[in-house]
Amino acid sequence: MLVTERERLREELVRLADEHGRDRSALIPILQEVQRRWLRISPYCMQAIADLLDLHPVEVYSVVSFYDFLEDKPQGQFVIRLCRTITCDMFGKAHVARQLENDLGIKFGETTPDGKFTLQWAHCLGMCDQGPAMLVNDQVFTRVTPESIHGILAQCRETFGVHAVSDGKGPAR
Amino acid sequence: MTTILGSRSLTFDTIEPGAGLSAALRKAPGDVLAEIGESGLRGRGGAGFPTSVKWSLAAEAESDQKYVVCNADEGEPGTFKDRVILSEYADLVLEGMTIAARVIGAARGLIYLRAEYAYLRGHIDEVLQRRRRQGLLGKAVGGREGFRFDVEIRMGSGSYVCGEETALIESLEGQRGEPRNRPPFPIDTGYFGRPTIVNNVETFAWVVCILAKGAGWFNSRGTEQSTGPKLFSVSGDCRRPGVYEFPLGVTIAELLREVGGEEAKAVQVGGASGQCLPRAKFDRTIAYEDVPTGGSIIVFGPQRDMLDVAHNFLEFFADESCGQCTPCREGVPKLIEGVDMLKRGQCSMAYLNELCSLGETLQLASKCGLGQSAPNAFLSIARDFRDEILGRTPEPRRTGDDP
Repeated sequence: MLVTERERLREELVRLADEHGRDRSALIPILQEVQRRWLRISPYCMQAIADLLDLHPVEVYSVVSFYDFLEDKPQGQFVIRLCRTITCDMFGKAHVARQLENDLGIKFGETTPDGKFTLQWAHCLGMCDQGPAMLVNDQVFTRVTPESIHGILAQCRETFGVHAVSDGKGPAR
Repeated sequence: MTTILGSRSLTFDTIEPGAGLSAALRKAPGDVLAEIGESGLRGRGGAGFPTSVKWSLAAEAESDQKYVVCNADEGEPGTFKDRVILSEYADLVLEGMTIAARVIGAARGLIYLRAEYAYLRGHIDEVLQRRRRQGLLGKAVGGREGFRFDVEIRMGSGSYVCGEETALIESLEGQRGEPRNRPPFPIDTGYFGRPTIVNNVETFAWVVCILAKGAGWFNSRGTEQSTGPKLFSVSGDCRRPGVYEFPLGVTIAELLREVGGEEAKAVQVGGASGQCLPRAKFDRTIAYEDVPTGGSIIVFGPQRDMLDVAHNFLEFFADESCGQCTPCREGVPKLIEGVDMLKRGQCSMAYLNELCSLGETLQLASKCGLGQSAPNAFLSIARDFRDEILGRTPEPRRTGDDP
């Protein structure tokens, strides 16, 4: 990372710390925001946040490594999380999983070379009556079929920006 | 992507906005507590701890700062009623939290919303803003001078064990979500060491119903030890999956009739941490004293392989184990190996008995509820489906299976 880039990043982190506070309970909200904006929490970020909150960087790393939604490795712009729980399994999760791998050209746990998509497993998404279910960033898709995946991915590709798909209102009624 | 309600209408639809809170404000906090105590309400998250006991202990604890925490980390596989409550009846939850604040003397509330439900945040924020404008949150709640209470939303980051109340508090404090030893309990040593009550989303909503309709209305339903109605998340092999309201004490057979799952060969009650009941036990009742549940009902039709079920749940626990204590960290992978052996048809009866005894060790020796309940599904399947799981001929793996 260039020195100027680092300085800019640190300034952003100071702003985040000013907004969320500098006590320990601010750590996870800050990390969540970093994850959302930079798609990862880099070792440099962890060190900078540790400095700001007066923690040892290992403390920050231990939190990042504990939670599934916080990542130190770069994630795609769209993180796809397919529910692996038994009910989704009973209604065709395996086929959806295979087709996701086929359409994206990656395996679970990987990110596409263009940095657009990351494919992951998720535990119960709370959509058991409408499975198979998957999350794309914050948006939930239910009754996903192998055929419908192509359309969902196309919709993502057309959407500019990381979180443009989320309208904050929850699934349409 | 509609919110599916199996029951045509829930009790929650019949509650007038504000009725519970205004009833609570007319009474002294002690009388509110007495009313909830009389109703017999027990925690709707699954553990079933009497709500009034928890609240009265927190009310008695002396501190300059107390907290009301709403556990919206609904991660139990097969459970989705809290998602429906938060999207359709968020006002009831916030009203219940406000009543709790009044009873225990708290000024701050926190909603711990799981990361997977981030799309609900905007809606809950809107409800919070509106309630602040209406004077139902803020400096003088309901026009009562000196009754200060406000609520903020904290997001989870994708960890099942954070649904355990002490792990949830750790996570709120900015730590890894590792459960604490209990005692001390959160009611005296909770969020930043202050008295804290942690209740499930549904529990808060029922508190409002109890105050609006009276304790007598509530405890005339259900059984003696498990009073009142409860929401159920029904999924799996049934014709009408969705969210249902039944009084506690309902038998599994009755429930299956209502949801269109009469053909079921087994029902998983209580999610991954619950137990799997075979047909012969469908006369059992769903109640804290018989088969307890946080609301998850997964129906398995005759075509389902019970080893797939056990395998799926065990993998879930292996992945979500925080790794602090040995029985849970080392025991669950051993059970998975055992299920794989059963699938390959290579497990002797003696070894199956060893696995069951390992499962019992997990129940006894794990530090928190996750490890203690991780072997439940496996043990009930190993007990009740022996003819199905023993002596198999190996099957080829399905394509697209989990790694």
